[in-house]
Amino acid sequence: MDNIAGRKSSLSWAVNVTVFLLVVIWLIPTVGLFVSSFRDRDQIAVSAWWEAPFPVEQAYRARAEGTVTGGDGMWTITGNIFEVPGVAEDFGADRRPPIVAFGLRGINPGEFAAGAEVENRDNGTTTVRADGSFVFTTDENPEEEGFPRVYFVAETPPDFTMANYDTVMTGDGMLQAFVNTLTVTIPATVIPILIAAFAAYALAWMDFPGRGLLIAAVVGLLVVPLQLALVPLLKLHQQVGIGQSFVGIWLAHTGFGLPLAIYLLRNYMVGLPRDIIDSAKVDGATDFQIFVRIILPLSFPALASFAIFQFLWTWNDLLVAKVFLPSNDESWVMTVRIADDLLGSRGGDWGILAAAAFVSIAVPLLVFFTMQRYLVRGLLAGSVK
Amino acid sequence: MNPIIQGIVTIVVGVGGCVGYFYLANTVLDRVIFPARGKDAGRNINRANAVRPWLFLFPAMFALGLYLVYPVFGSFVRSLYNRAGDEFIGLGNYASLFADETFRSAFFNNFLWVLVVPAMATFLGLLVAQLTDRLKWGNVAKSLIFMPMAISFVGASLIWKFVYANDPDIGIINAVRDSFGLNPLDPLQVPFWNNFFLMVILIWIQTGFAMVILSAALRGIPEETVEAAIIDGANPFQIFFKIKVPQIMGTIVVVWTTITILVLKVFDIVYTMTGGNFDTEILPSYMMDFMFRDDGRATAVAFVIMIVVLPVMIWNIRQARKEMR
Repeated sequence: MDNIAGRKSSLSWAVNVTVFLLVVIWLIPTVGLFVSSFRDRDQIAVSAWWEAPFPVEQAYRARAEGTVTGGDGMWTITGNIFEVPGVAEDFGADRRPPIVAFGLRGINPGEFAAGAEVENRDNGTTTVRADGSFVFTTDENPEEEGFPRVYFVAETPPDFTMANYDTVMTGDGMLQAFVNTLTVTIPATVIPILIAAFAAYALAWMDFPGRGLLIAAVVGLLVVPLQLALVPLLKLHQQVGIGQSFVGIWLAHTGFGLPLAIYLLRNYMVGLPRDIIDSAKVDGATDFQIFVRIILPLSFPALASFAIFQFLWTWNDLLVAKVFLPSNDESWVMTVRIADDLLGSRGGDWGILAAAAFVSIAVPLLVFFTMQRYLVRGLLAGSVK
Repeated sequence: MNPIIQGIVTIVVGVGGCVGYFYLANTVLDRVIFPARGKDAGRNINRANAVRPWLFLFPAMFALGLYLVYPVFGSFVRSLYNRAGDEFIGLGNYASLFADETFRSAFFNNFLWVLVVPAMATFLGLLVAQLTDRLKWGNVAKSLIFMPMAISFVGASLIWKFVYANDPDIGIINAVRDSFGLNPLDPLQVPFWNNFFLMVILIWIQTGFAMVILSAALRGIPEETVEAAIIDGANPFQIFFKIKVPQIMGTIVVVWTTITILVLKVFDIVYTMTGGNFDTEILPSYMMDFMFRDDGRATAVAFVIMIVVLPVMIWNIRQARKEMR
């Protein structure tokens, strides 16, 4: 309690700091991946995401093409490295970051500081200055032997791009996977709601023998491990001809989501005022009318809670999708695509992996932040009672 | 057929079918089977009302029976047969499981998970719930710590794979090590402790859940009990541990058991992070090793998970029945 006399200021200061630190720790992993999803691949390789806003010292390779003068066994090439074909396209016309260092061997592209005059293998000297101008003397005629290679390290400004998202959506099939996830999720969210609502009404407001037992059974089924269902149900689906298909996964998600749906909705419906229902009965309303006209509209918050739960759960699911959908390009949902395909084929390509991850968690995050109220209410109804 | 069109058709058929079933079944019951007319009108109304609950319940009970009750028995029976499913081998699958080094390691690791994850998630959740209780920006803080709940286990694994990455320019753990002059190491390959690095991911996700529920429970504590303690001169720690925690003990247990059950089911994290290598296997991921390969063994592992969950399930049912009375 922070309102004890004399303790307040020091303690509340400590509380503020602690909570702030916890929030930072909780956010760092996500922020890191999020920032990386917008970074250029070469920049990810040389600097960490927390250095993303700062210029990066990036190494480049070029041929020292320029004006050749001299002859008689010694030639001098002068020019500007930013005007060399290849490099010019990389940087664009007006971007000429200062050059920090240069080198003559690929293994050590930043061997010498910019501006230094060093001996090269062709018995001449090489200088690359910070502005990109260079002087290369050589005993090999560059017009016959080709221009010599130089390496240089330039302060490259941060490069944020949507390229990763582009690649992931078009090249890596995440767009198809996104559509698949959506296709799995929507029917799997909508269908159980209705079935559960009727059952919940019966369990909440209708009197019949065995009601208590059924409620206990629903509570028990809440915790049955899904793992048990996989083998027998897949076999059943194959026997009735559904096999591994979207229809199969919709049915599976419907069945697996029902206990929570019934439990949540029943708990909510039981709390509705008895007077309303009784007076409707006195007025001659049937159970069906009471359910459709009174209970269903009043239960909207609980319906919304369950819908959000089921939506997040089916969207994020990996296990059911792996078992009940065929394993191929056309049917992979996003979680499977990432876990079974991209993590292998795009192993260390963090920009791509990060973009894929954020394509898959964007929608749940949006749902989460816009409808947090219902989610919290559902959580409370589902576990505190 | 295009899956999207198929999906739309399914929604229409599913929703329409449900509404149609309930409406028609109800109408048939009232008009045709037990009409509220004639000399039996009164008795018919009573009869119809006795049948109606079962009409309402039927689709749900059918789906639950088929998708959750039947598999419990179906899996058990299947686990008594060999790989091909044509020869009864009794408890043979279970025997070979317990003889398997990997299974025992998975069992032990799962035990560690059950020990650590619910405890840490509940503890951190309680801590955040208490700390943010009177904070002006408490709701923002809670919302941010709650956020990982919306992220899939696969997404979360990817996020943490990035944290644990070997390259000090990518993984923040190794960047910190690097700044102390230590050599980079792969946290996921450190024997024994790698299990804990995987648990961190689930704790990261579940702390928000624990926090939301415990925060509501803390708000529900009667103000008088806390005020009385303040007047008696209790310090903040005494108030928290001796006044508040005992009053929300019931909720703490619920949170704890809920997370425990989750721990026994989540295979995604291990599957994505290590694939069960480096001695990180747990039961659910071990089961997926056999899925599609040896149904006998897979169902045996699933049934072992069921047996481990069973005590929690019984406890849950008893709690629920107690509350209904």
